Amino acid sequence: MSRRPYTPKMTYGWWLDRPFYTRYMIRELSSAFVTAYSGLLIIGLWRLAEGEAAWNGYVSALSHPAALVFQGVALLFALYHTVTWFAVTPRTTPVIVGEDFLPPQPVIIAQYAAWIFASAVIIGAALWF
Amino acid sequence: MSNTTTVTLEVLRYDPERDQEPRFQSFEVPYDEDWVVLDALNWIKDNADSSLTYRWSCHMAVCGSCGMVVNGEEKLTCKAFLRDYLGRGPIRVEPLRNFPIERDLVVDMEGFMAKLESVKPWIIREEEKPVEDGEYIQLPKQLKRFKHHTLCINCLLCYSACPQVGLNPGFIGPAALALAHRYNLDSRDQGRHERQEVTGSADGVWECTFVSACSEVCPKHVEPGGAIQEQKIANSVDWFLDHLIPGRSNAGRTKE
Amino acid sequence: MARSSKPIVWLPFAAGGTLSAFLLPALIIVTGILVPLGLASGAFSYGTMRAFAASLIGKVILAGVILPCLWHGAHRLRMTLQDLFLRGEDGHRIAGALCYGIGAVLTLLCGAALLTVW
Repeated sequence: MSRRPYTPKMTYGWWLDRPFYTRYMIRELSSAFVTAYSGLLIIGLWRLAEGEAAWNGYVSALSHPAALVFQGVALLFALYHTVTWFAVTPRTTPVIVGEDFLPPQPVIIAQYAAWIFASAVIIGAALWF
Repeated sequence: MSNTTTVTLEVLRYDPERDQEPRFQSFEVPYDEDWVVLDALNWIKDNADSSLTYRWSCHMAVCGSCGMVVNGEEKLTCKAFLRDYLGRGPIRVEPLRNFPIERDLVVDMEGFMAKLESVKPWIIREEEKPVEDGEYIQLPKQLKRFKHHTLCINCLLCYSACPQVGLNPGFIGPAALALAHRYNLDSRDQGRHERQEVTGSADGVWECTFVSACSEVCPKHVEPGGAIQEQKIANSVDWFLDHLIPGRSNAGRTKE
Repeated sequence: MARSSKPIVWLPFAAGGTLSAFLLPALIIVTGILVPLGLASGAFSYGTMRAFAASLIGKVILAGVILPCLWHGAHRLRMTLQDLFLRGEDGHRIAGALCYGIGAVLTLLCGAALLTVW
């Protein structure tokens, strides 16, 4: 008897094998849009530093059809990131209160409440000034 | 479904002395409403092909030996009832993924055993208390903090489900890291820094991307996914404090 | 085995993940919907934005929001590229150089812009 173990290779399409993996990959791909959108904001800062004409050009470029499509898709991925991030908080930072763990429900609800508040402040400030 | 008399099992076969690569073999097995996939495998071994090779022992979800992939999902085959797979074609039984296949449904666990040992899964004390000084006291809420991480039966379903184990064979992996966390959280333990040499290494918690498939398939709700994220936070904080506070990295560590 | 220096990128990843979860949807709604509709012309006028970026508190807010979000994305993108096709030691090195490189360049650009505006 000789040993000759067979080692299967991981395919490149492994993340399509199960819906669970595919949802994970969609969550991870939000990173491309988070990176790109952060870059878009940084370019805005750069244009702001360059002067009024550059800034005005940047603001009108935000309405360019390509920019609208990009931001629309980025919004969907950002929302998916928000939902998935809030969902795992009770697991990444479990808290013992008294004799037992804090149940996940109130933690998740509190996050959504804070999220709605923060979003209202940002959108309110943009409309107000 | 009461008129079902047989079910078809497609079982992965690999004979290292003859096969270049694994193949599937179909078996027609009598159906019993109370049978699990393991019962069907036992029937095959007793009645159809005695060479079929697989591991099992307790038949009651305690020993952790009979973990396999059933219709693409990691299962303890002693808990996977045939009745739950009816009407969906043949039941496909494969060995755990991300391990070398030794023969048929048996995988090579050596790599895992080495990883498990590497995280020092035992209580580490800087200095043992003499027996006369009595036991180490632990409060119920201190036990509660890590109890669920102690329930692992080493069935390796989590290693099979974790894509990072498949992509990075050196990755210490879910069960071993959960056990490391179990000891780090134990109020009697003082070995966190020592374990971080392994859990905080490139093969440790940093290979994890929180796919969370480990926790999903775990039959004992050990929650390795959460345990690893908690360790990323703890390891990061320790790493920064060790670099900011001179001497801290050596304080509170046992001798190597 | 030695402890990895991954915490340098992991802590910003985690902090940025939390910040972006709370703030990014609203920010994208502002720049992608309100600005194009002309509903934020006051806030996005050159004068208002310049005054905000020129103030110390404005600089802290801008850098404190944008940079963690950037590094969250950059680190996660690295792991994603490794998941998808950049395998092995070489693959991981390429993914790291690419994503952390993008992060570093954009960080410098952000810092330079904020230090220019007073």
